[in-house]
Amino acid sequence: MSLEISSLNVSIADKQILKDFNLTIPKGEVHAIMGPNGTGKSTLAKALAGHPDYTVNKGSALLDGEEIFGLEPDKVARKGLFMAFQYPVEIPGVSIANFIRAAVTARMNKEASDAFSATAYYKALYAKMDELKIPREFTARSVNEGFSGGEKKRCEILQMAMLRPKYAILDETDSGLDIDALRIVAEGVETMRGPDIGIVVITHYQRLLNYIKPDVVHVMYGGRIVKSGGPELALELEARGYGWVEKEFGALV
Amino acid sequence: MDKSQSLLGDAVFETHLKSLRDMPDWLIELKKEAWVRYKALPFPVRKNEMWRFAHVDGLALDDFVHDDTQGKRECELLICDCGADLNFSDDAHVGGKTLSEELAKAGVLFMPLELAIREHPELVRKHLFERMPDMGSEKYQALHVALFSTGVFLYVPRGVQVELPLQSVHSATREGGSVFPHTLVVAEEGASVTLFDIFRSSKENIRHFACAAADIYATAGANVRYRLVQAWSGNALAFHLNSATAGAQSVVDAITINIGGAHIRGEQHGRIIGKGGEVIMNSLSLARGKQEIDQRTLQTHDAEDGHSDLLYKNVLLDQAHTIFSGLIRVAEGAQRTDAYQTNRNLLLSPDAESDSLPGLEILANDVKCSHGSSTGQLDDEQLFYMLARGIPRRQAQELLVFGFFEEIIAKIGNPHMADYVRQLLQDSFSLQ
Repeated sequence: MSLEISSLNVSIADKQILKDFNLTIPKGEVHAIMGPNGTGKSTLAKALAGHPDYTVNKGSALLDGEEIFGLEPDKVARKGLFMAFQYPVEIPGVSIANFIRAAVTARMNKEASDAFSATAYYKALYAKMDELKIPREFTARSVNEGFSGGEKKRCEILQMAMLRPKYAILDETDSGLDIDALRIVAEGVETMRGPDIGIVVITHYQRLLNYIKPDVVHVMYGGRIVKSGGPELALELEARGYGWVEKEFGALV
Repeated sequence: MDKSQSLLGDAVFETHLKSLRDMPDWLIELKKEAWVRYKALPFPVRKNEMWRFAHVDGLALDDFVHDDTQGKRECELLICDCGADLNFSDDAHVGGKTLSEELAKAGVLFMPLELAIREHPELVRKHLFERMPDMGSEKYQALHVALFSTGVFLYVPRGVQVELPLQSVHSATREGGSVFPHTLVVAEEGASVTLFDIFRSSKENIRHFACAAADIYATAGANVRYRLVQAWSGNALAFHLNSATAGAQSVVDAITINIGGAHIRGEQHGRIIGKGGEVIMNSLSLARGKQEIDQRTLQTHDAEDGHSDLLYKNVLLDQAHTIFSGLIRVAEGAQRTDAYQTNRNLLLSPDAESDSLPGLEILANDVKCSHGSSTGQLDDEQLFYMLARGIPRRQAQELLVFGFFEEIIAKIGNPHMADYVRQLLQDSFSLQ
């Protein structure tokens, strides 16, 4: 069981960003994708989630064997792919409780969703919130509206925990996360980590990886993965910066 | 339908005068003058700035009659635990729960208007028709005065706080008929009260005419919350000609919810006449089908240190049309005025049209005023965020629309009333 991305070519406004990108995320593993700015890390996340601004020119993404390109974004999500947004969107007037409930019931058949009582929902929601140390007042607030960076991340992790995706892509590229927000994301990933989920953490900085121990680290450059290795690769990037990546792989792309 | 009682002929007014019981001469005189005025004034034309963008051909009264015979009680609607309620059907008081002994003893009056005219003429006369909006619908305003027969009279004496909201329901039941409900609220110094004023038709599709007026007075330090729900039938032609007057350090906080009607003309004039007075005007409209919701507002600052805040939000479906035309007028000498006006329109159909005409007229030199208007569709990034969580597109759109409504609903200040409004919106929205 895996998320298998092959020969992926993606462009935005006619500019090609991903070039024959290949990556396989087996269930049960945590992968980190690192790389300099502008190398296509966020594009990968957005394209997989089906954002309409990103055009997939070629390639495939098989989620446990099923193609997800060409599907509407809501279908991709219901198949089990979750993207944690780098910049979660503010939605005034829609409470977190209602928002998550709509997302949870969208995954049920009509019978189950009709039978899904408010009591049962809040019980499940509060259990997750307690686990993630999120105060219960949170649910009455509008989605992300006026949230601090850390609160937005908490909200993303809560959604992920409630929706139990098969694969999660956390786009943390260069959101200038403060240490608090960083820890929240890391703790969320550690809580969720297990044999039933494959996780990809996209990050520019090595410091997120102080809190998460990835099984595999990939270095991305010029729209493709140029090097993969164990956690020691992240430390190397931290110590040496990205300059050597450009020197070593610049000619290839 | 008795054609001899057409709103265009004199017979209808003669019948109306005969139907009145024990009305004082001053009132009869007011009505007679108003009828003459009504007959003399022209129907609106689009060239008139106050009717710009409006489909004035929808305002004809040829098809409507008036019938003064007693209406029947036809609806039981209690939105929340109310201090008291008044129930009207076809301009006749048909029941409701009276005020608690305690409030009655404190001097609070909440009664049918014609009864108040008989029993408390001095209190009613002082303000009745004193300040109508005068914002283009003078002809209909005059017709309202000429033909009104009942409505709400709410009087809260000095310093009395009415904790529970009061409720009134005005129903129209007659095909081709007309109603002229009047609401008069007077809150004396330091008094506080909330009124839910609900306008509805007995059946979804009856075609009728309604010409309602609500007039609110908050004396120094008083606090009046007025919540109007317009839920007339989808075939109704309706006018709501409202006025709110704030004395020194008082607050009138008005919310209008528009859900029904084929053609709605709303006029809302907020006036600040005492130093530090405050008028809040919020509105939420869901326009669908070929509906036209035409709203004109005026925020008049005649005193120093006043504050007025207006937010009108419209959601448009199908081929609906909304007009918002608002003016902030600050008189010379109304220094340190703080006045805001915002109109937001959400277009959910390429065939819908919303017109927005914000305006300022400032004669004082030390003021803070701003106006803004925006018209757009659902935000693509918000929509994508919802889709990315697996919420189907239609449902995501609905959640976003209700999020847009919520800014006004949250201001209602009573959870039962808020739920009632949400349900009305939900019912109307899911018709599509």
